[in-house]
Amino acid sequence: MTATLESPIRFEDVVVRSGGATILDGITLEIRQGPPTAVLGPNGSGKTTLLRAAMGLIALSRGRVIWGDPGAARAIVFQRPVMLRRSASANVRYALAAARVERRIRKRRVAELFKQTGLEGLEARPARRLSGGEQQRLALARALARDPSVLFLDEPGASLDPYAARAIEDVVSTMSGAGVKVVMATHDLGCARRLAGDVVFLHRGRLVETGPADEFFKCPATEEARKFLAGDLLD
Amino acid sequence: MYLSVPSNASALHLILTWDPALFAIVRLSLAVSLSATLLGALLGVPGGALLAFAQFRGREAVVVALNALMGLPPVVAGLAVFLALSRSGPFGKFGLLFTPQAMVIAQTVLVAPIIAALSRQTIEDLWREYGDELAAMDVGPLRRMLTLIREARFSLVTALLAGFGRASAEVGAILIVGGNIAGFTRTMTTAIALETSEGNLNFALGLGIVLMFIVAAISALAWGARRAHDRYA
Repeated sequence: MTATLESPIRFEDVVVRSGGATILDGITLEIRQGPPTAVLGPNGSGKTTLLRAAMGLIALSRGRVIWGDPGAARAIVFQRPVMLRRSASANVRYALAAARVERRIRKRRVAELFKQTGLEGLEARPARRLSGGEQQRLALARALARDPSVLFLDEPGASLDPYAARAIEDVVSTMSGAGVKVVMATHDLGCARRLAGDVVFLHRGRLVETGPADEFFKCPATEEARKFLAGDLLD
Repeated sequence: MYLSVPSNASALHLILTWDPALFAIVRLSLAVSLSATLLGALLGVPGGALLAFAQFRGREAVVVALNALMGLPPVVAGLAVFLALSRSGPFGKFGLLFTPQAMVIAQTVLVAPIIAALSRQTIEDLWREYGDELAAMDVGPLRRMLTLIREARFSLVTALLAGFGRASAEVGAILIVGGNIAGFTRTMTTAIALETSEGNLNFALGLGIVLMFIVAAISALAWGARRAHDRYA
């Protein structure tokens, strides 16, 4: 049974600087339990850094990220996930062991996760020999091995063909329906329209707009968001 | 004095007839070099992995020093081990000088830095690739290290083979600490040097052919490790 996110994740004036550049610039934001949150914005707007900051994978230059429920399990699927040099099932077993799942139930969990992500029959294949879409789904299975309350996805369908991207979307939709809070950085506006309940729109590291996805797509409140949705270049 | 030019047939004859004197030397050489490589791996792989992860003041100086030790001249290593094992040295009481054990120690001093430096570089590169994934999975420090050693296994085999190649081909260190005693500390390289100087060229050439065969076998193993790596990468 998936635990839900009881208390919000709060970003308080988060600033991340790297190599003289400001990647995130004073982000204040709350992420709550509910349908998926889409993090949108052009390249270099800070989407990936926002996810990494939430996961605690980078040092903040200022501000803080507060998990209302510090014990909430969290997982992330990177845009280019790194597969361990072993079989697909061994990759998931590794994630289960890292999540301290009891040894006696790991075999059953591996079978469940392979079924959940549509990877049945590929258990014995070397993970690095899988196609891009299969590796992305394997990364998703590995993330789900942690039984997360919050699942961060960094461009889950990027560089995948429409069928592979749709397969990922289906899994994400199912997980969201089961109560997992999904936060996904994406360029794919179609995917965001189909899945997202709310939107966080970033530009040049600043939070420009946030709110329900329907409103954002129908009637964006800012000029930057209007231009972005129209496919125009942003300054 | 005129030296007869050795015929290859004579050298090959020694090999094909499994000449006892020649193969006793080959056996000792392999035993010493394999032992040194094993000890070098036991010290070098975990040491290199620790250095790949560790953050401390002066780390870069340690990395530079370790890389420099890859080119440590064998005679210098031999001299250092000689001083340490000589009767007046700190380990003189063990009476190891001019024994195969002393030769193993000297070759370990040569091999361990090679394995450690190559391991550190390999694991550090892998850490850049895997770091975020492992951190996101909450993998602890010891498990991270073991995971990356396992992921680097094919590259580490190449590092071990490089270490073994260095050990089996060197002559200076084992000549100093082993003394080239016939039937006891005489190895392929020291025997080749001695037999050549004494004009026993067939014997020297026979050993040279076996040594070249071993070097070629090491190269083939390294190539095989690379192929295995590519198959799983």
